[in-house]
Amino acid sequence: MSRTVLALARRALRNVLRRPQFIAPLVVFPSLMLAANVGGLSRTTSLPGFPSDVHGFLDFQLAAAITQSLLLGGVSAGIAVALEIEGGFFDRLLAAPIPRIAIVLGRLAATTVIALAQVVYFLGLGLVFGAHIKAGVPGALLVAAIGAVAGTGFGALGVMLALRAKSASTVQGIFPLVFVVLFVSSAFFPRQLLESPARQIARYNPLSYLADGMRDPIVHSLRAGPALEGLAAAGGIAAVAIAFSVLALRGRLGQT
Amino acid sequence: MAPAIQAVGLEREFKGAVKAVAGIDIEVSAGEVYGFLGPNGAGKTTTVRMLVTLLRPTGGSARVAGFDVASQPAEVRRHIGVALQEAALDLLMTGRELIELQATLHGIPPRRVAARGQELIERVGLGDAQDRRVGTYSGGMRRRLDLAMALIHSPSVLFLDEPTTGLDPVSRVTLWDEVRRLKAEGTTIFLTTQYLEEADQLADRLGIINGGVLVAEGTPAALKAEVGSPHLDVTLAGTDALDAARDALGRFGALRPTSDPCRVSVAVPDGAEAIAPVVRALDEAGVLIASLEVVEPTLDDVFLAKTGERLEDEAAAA
Repeated sequence: MSRTVLALARRALRNVLRRPQFIAPLVVFPSLMLAANVGGLSRTTSLPGFPSDVHGFLDFQLAAAITQSLLLGGVSAGIAVALEIEGGFFDRLLAAPIPRIAIVLGRLAATTVIALAQVVYFLGLGLVFGAHIKAGVPGALLVAAIGAVAGTGFGALGVMLALRAKSASTVQGIFPLVFVVLFVSSAFFPRQLLESPARQIARYNPLSYLADGMRDPIVHSLRAGPALEGLAAAGGIAAVAIAFSVLALRGRLGQT
Repeated sequence: MAPAIQAVGLEREFKGAVKAVAGIDIEVSAGEVYGFLGPNGAGKTTTVRMLVTLLRPTGGSARVAGFDVASQPAEVRRHIGVALQEAALDLLMTGRELIELQATLHGIPPRRVAARGQELIERVGLGDAQDRRVGTYSGGMRRRLDLAMALIHSPSVLFLDEPTTGLDPVSRVTLWDEVRRLKAEGTTIFLTTQYLEEADQLADRLGIINGGVLVAEGTPAALKAEVGSPHLDVTLAGTDALDAARDALGRFGALRPTSDPCRVSVAVPDGAEAIAPVVRALDEAGVLIASLEVVEPTLDDVFLAKTGERLEDEAAAA
């Protein structure tokens, strides 16, 4: 099974690189948004209630950009699977003598690698433009770990959607919803600065803990509380999403 | 020896009580080319998808390569090769990458993947194009790659679902040659097609499906013999020898009615073998002829007899 998963992961990664239009939304759009937010809203750090120990607004916003990029990565993974289903390649994989779960795992393995690359890109971008990672290399590794797990989870959500919807346009249609969910979290602004009902929603939104978990090592030293919350949020998203994607696969196979 | 493919009362019902396949019985011997002929929407692809474990039967049973499609699907997949109606290829990959992926998925040892892939690529004549992305291939090239991928693990049973649909005549003949070669190598082939000539050329036996029901089964020759014998149409050079021609030809078989005063038609069970004696007889009677044609019953005649419609008309309408 591992050989099959690796082969399918390699294929998925190669295809991402050969389809630049799929990569661009994952990095270009969040980068532009990061630049717009940091360039236009940097005085937010002066607002009463904004954490006083944050070095700069760029440091604060990096986690939001990473979270946004990872969410878009999940949509991208879903679109890729939906295109395989529409084009018939998914049937070719189903007709092969492989464990069918390997089809999903191969895609998720590729998504994990891409998620790591996304995190590295944004941390690098931040450093180039003057961000500081207060917790140093261990902090960067923590951000990468949370990001990789979360990215895998978002990828699994995308795969689940693709298996249920079987249509790339349907998966693409949830793109606006991604932003809505992200904006009602503490990804872009501290929770205490959000108005109701966004503040209440953000309290229960796992993206808040995800973003805060990745933000904390950048703006503070390594702290167990936010780190564990971030890892738990990422792990929880991944576990639930992978379970749903397996169920979706079983549902699709059962329908056939 | 157990049949390579055996279906008993195979059925598939979709939502809305739509019976795409309404209980068919098929038995295909090892090494046979079984043609599955029918118009669009007859149930050909649904039948194939059930036999290759992509679709679960809602009734009946089927065994492929000795394994049950419902309870032993993984074993079935290990022993079959599949080239579906749409050449399901990844257009971003090169031919070599795709065939090597297929080899990996079919468990070919890593050290043999490249060599086996190269062997199949060369066999289907894609050696020069193997490092180009499949998106740049023509329809015929994609079909050949699809076939190569289906053969990567030397399956004992090969399913070809309308393999030449959309291909130009040259590509079609190339694929036919490959099917004949595979048959000579002992591969059992289940071939669905809507092309009469393809079925006639390639199949040892045919099953004709219409509306989800198997309406006829047999060798092409036997099916055609069911609906009539060959006849000879003789067009005379003039009407003055009509009586002499009818006298001469009446010795060979029953005369058939024609509306053309310059034409005589006679049933000739021996088919083309009757041409020489007929020509001699007409010559001895002093009858001058303009043309002579042996007309054999076609599979379209068989389809018409069994269903009341012509397969070629349905294909044209589609």
